[in-house]
Amino acid sequence: MAITKRQAAELAKQAFEYAPAPEATDHVRIQPRYGLFVGGRMQEPHSKKRFPTINPATEQKLAEVAEADAVDVGRAVDAADKAFASWSRMAPSRRSRYLFRISRLIQERARELAVVETMDGGKPIKESRDVDVPLSAAHFFYYAGWADKLEWAFPNRRHRPLGVAGQVIPWNFPLLMLSWKIAPALAAGNTVVLKPAETTPLSALLFAEICQQAELPPGVVNIITGAGKTGSLLVSHPGVKKVAFTGSTEVGKLIQRSLAGTGKRLTLELGGKAANIVFEDAPLDQAVEGIVNGIYFNQGHVCCAGSRLLVQESIAKPLLEKLKQRVSTLRLGDPLDKNTDIGAINSKAQLEKIQGLVDSGVEEGAELFQPECKIPERGYWFPPTIFTNVSQSYRIAREEIFGPVLSVLTFRTPAEAVEKANNTPYGLSAGVWTDKGSRILWMAERMRAGVVWANTFNRFDPTSPFGGYKESGYGREGGVHGLLPYLELS
Amino acid sequence: MPAKNGNERIDVRKTYKQYVGGEFVRSESGRAYRPDGAINVPRGSRKDLRDAVRAARGAFAGWAGRTAMNRGQILYRAAEMLDGRRTQFIELLGGGRQARIELDEAVDTLVWYAGWTDKVGQVTGTVNPVAGPYFNFTIPEPTGVVGIVAPETPALSGLVRRLAPALCGGNVVVALAPEARPLPALTLAEVLATSDFPSGVINVLTGQRKELLPWLAAHMDVNAIDVGGCTPDEVVEIEKAAADNVKRVVKMPSGEVSPHLITAFMEMKTIWHPIGV
Amino acid sequence: MRGVRSVDEVGADERAASLAKRSIKKSSKLWALDLAIRCMDLTTLEGSDTPGKVAGLCAKAIRPKPGDASIPSVAAICVYPARVADAREHLRGSGVRVASVATAFPSGQSFTSIKVTETEDAVAAGADEVDMVIDRGAFLSGDYHKVYDEIVAVKEACGKAHLKVILETGELGTYDGVRRASILAMAAGADFIKTSTGKIQPAATLPVSLVMMESIRDFMRETGRPVGFKAAGGIRTSKQAIAYLVITYETLGADWMTPDRFRLGASTLLNDVLMQIDKERTGAYQSGDYFTID
Repeated sequence: MAITKRQAAELAKQAFEYAPAPEATDHVRIQPRYGLFVGGRMQEPHSKKRFPTINPATEQKLAEVAEADAVDVGRAVDAADKAFASWSRMAPSRRSRYLFRISRLIQERARELAVVETMDGGKPIKESRDVDVPLSAAHFFYYAGWADKLEWAFPNRRHRPLGVAGQVIPWNFPLLMLSWKIAPALAAGNTVVLKPAETTPLSALLFAEICQQAELPPGVVNIITGAGKTGSLLVSHPGVKKVAFTGSTEVGKLIQRSLAGTGKRLTLELGGKAANIVFEDAPLDQAVEGIVNGIYFNQGHVCCAGSRLLVQESIAKPLLEKLKQRVSTLRLGDPLDKNTDIGAINSKAQLEKIQGLVDSGVEEGAELFQPECKIPERGYWFPPTIFTNVSQSYRIAREEIFGPVLSVLTFRTPAEAVEKANNTPYGLSAGVWTDKGSRILWMAERMRAGVVWANTFNRFDPTSPFGGYKESGYGREGGVHGLLPYLELS
Repeated sequence: MPAKNGNERIDVRKTYKQYVGGEFVRSESGRAYRPDGAINVPRGSRKDLRDAVRAARGAFAGWAGRTAMNRGQILYRAAEMLDGRRTQFIELLGGGRQARIELDEAVDTLVWYAGWTDKVGQVTGTVNPVAGPYFNFTIPEPTGVVGIVAPETPALSGLVRRLAPALCGGNVVVALAPEARPLPALTLAEVLATSDFPSGVINVLTGQRKELLPWLAAHMDVNAIDVGGCTPDEVVEIEKAAADNVKRVVKMPSGEVSPHLITAFMEMKTIWHPIGV
Repeated sequence: MRGVRSVDEVGADERAASLAKRSIKKSSKLWALDLAIRCMDLTTLEGSDTPGKVAGLCAKAIRPKPGDASIPSVAAICVYPARVADAREHLRGSGVRVASVATAFPSGQSFTSIKVTETEDAVAAGADEVDMVIDRGAFLSGDYHKVYDEIVAVKEACGKAHLKVILETGELGTYDGVRRASILAMAAGADFIKTSTGKIQPAATLPVSLVMMESIRDFMRETGRPVGFKAAGGIRTSKQAIAYLVITYETLGADWMTPDRFRLGASTLLNDVLMQIDKERTGAYQSGDYFTID
């Protein structure tokens, strides 16, 4: 051979560096400015205030959206209330028809929705294309089927919808969170006013178009954009009978306090600090995939992220070796590139928060590992990070970072794993990795978490109830249980 | 009709065929009969039935193995295809208000059961709190090859009402079309053939009830038989023949629309696993 | 052997599927297609193979696209022992190696003495590489020692020839079994582990290959000895070939992107790769009429 093995490997690395594979965006039209979707059509807002929504990978402005004020919120709630009278009295099978239509339309416009979601939020196109959008369509399809079957969901109980639901959703899974909120609400006979997060309004506004295409009766779904203030106006509006909030625990508590004594029904889906527990007999390579998926999927912007790795001390060393090697193959970059694994951080504010907590980790004495990543010049980025030598008391082990940062702790026995995993005010999810079936069930029984993933992680399905214990919130989304928050049962 | 001055259009008339293994076929016997005196319809034989059961059995593992959501989407697609052909079916059913009502009912039935595929397990399955450190759960599974004897009337929605729940649960079907009015059933087969159902999941045979029924009832590889379209005497004969392989004989009140129709074609499986460190 | 770690089937399937989604374009694609050819074991393993058939295949192996010197030769020709001498004859001086199957291929249901003799004779006839099959009967009945000893004996009979050990993953039943067989074969001295004979379904699949490569990685870590990987059976399209390359690249790294450590056993794949290369170069989809079938 004319060249050495080392040279050949280097050549291979350069040549096989996966040329850019950009997703086409020419079929997508984002308008320069948007109004509010109220009473079945896009309307000019009363508020004179507008704010931009940008692409966090490029910092380029995508569009301008309105900051709905009290008058706008009032109009939207009125429209929803007006529509409620006929929507709730409609034959359930007719409601079902509209929801099936919406589901099919989401499938028909899937790629467009995925591209918009990626541009507005920063998540890799392969995630919005393969996870967010299909699950959104599936959510509507599932709940469409429940609309005319409620007597079997709650046998021997009379059910009534509540009225207008005020729904506030976060920026990490904009379209999916919208589907989790709107589908069951409508299936149960309610009407909604939904406020998407201020950094990710576009897929919700595209959804408004889909509602029009489905010829959904006007006012059944209303979409108003805005920031914290708008959300606060919405949840406190007296015409809203039910509030659903997904977001930070901090804001969740504020909402719960503000709703005290109002008689409004409330469900909260808040933060988490999930423990991903790996036993020594776990299938290691798949456990590594599960860990990676658990904390780096969607850049760690996931409430149920497996942000704490609890590894049994006897295999900590080989597991961490494999984990670091695997993390080094993660590709960070343009979210619209089909090969990107780690996209952009959603906003400057979030990036600063992540950086702050990572700095605290270093300060408190944890050991930092980050693979080499080519960070693009513009945009908000954070490389996948692993902290080892972490104590339970460190901020990085207690506080939700909401970024691609994993804290690693060890344990010796199952009982110790249970204790450490539950030692948090949060309780959204947990992961258990072991080859032994009985141990899976034993651990699952003891996890104080609303979702337990065994030998897998971050799996979602419309049929599967999702929600937290303790300060991760209450109420469930998905499954039969997902209908409960939207019904009055007697 | 004799041409007046030779300008009337001469229709290309359809040859009606049975639907077996994803294909439209004449009877292997080559026979036909004319239920309305004018149109030839295949007179299915015991060999056609044999082939249909074989095709169904071959398709069972794949269909049962699909996700519930996928089956639901396909049933919904069947509703899309049927609704898209409203005019044709209303004419086939005799035209007028009754025909339209019947067609609507058939579409609604497909949509209703499409929405059950991913819920029947949640409603009829259970987690059982046994007295010991065991996780114990019960889940419904499809029974297998289901024979359906379509009621003579209504010629379309009668069949759809029996077909949809069986398919919803993950079963595969061999259906005997109504003897006197088989055309809606065969046209329905065209709808099903364009709805993304894998080949062999549904098979529709036409012919004489008294010839085909005994073979269906006695077939050792058919797991259940829906006798909604049978006379009381026929039911007795079927029950006797079914005993040879303990076939489930399903009798449901004709108007009933409920998830029990789905579980009538399903088996309940209970699984135990210890809980321990 | 019973202490070998288990593999989660669903997790392995998901990882393989996610790697198969990589989109390899332009210069990377051309490089990958070129590598696919350089790593190909062009194969004919039929009862009806004749010296004439082998001669045609050898010509194709040396010059896959007549008139296009930019297309490299394949790595090797893979034939039955009786055809080794013919292959040797036609490949003389070309750099393309001769691989012979052996050990009662494809079933392996014969005596160890026969298998050893067959290997010796194939090497004597000119084989540079030997693709043996493991005794699945012994493996599935738990007689791991027999499987191990047989591989050791065949390796010895190979002399200087390289030994590829075919696991016939489609018969092993589980990914656990695939991992176990991989470790066993490597411990016994395999230079390459290979998925399949190509004579039964399923043959090579992406998840099975992922599991084998993870075993190779672990073995390398434990012993420092690199073992090669060969996927064979059912690989007909460039898209599939590239998927195997991606899995290799992301599991084993750049060091394995060479015919010394990676092979694809195939026959119809070659023309599909040539068509894809032309499509990349000209921008138009191609027809099979323009590529020779040897």
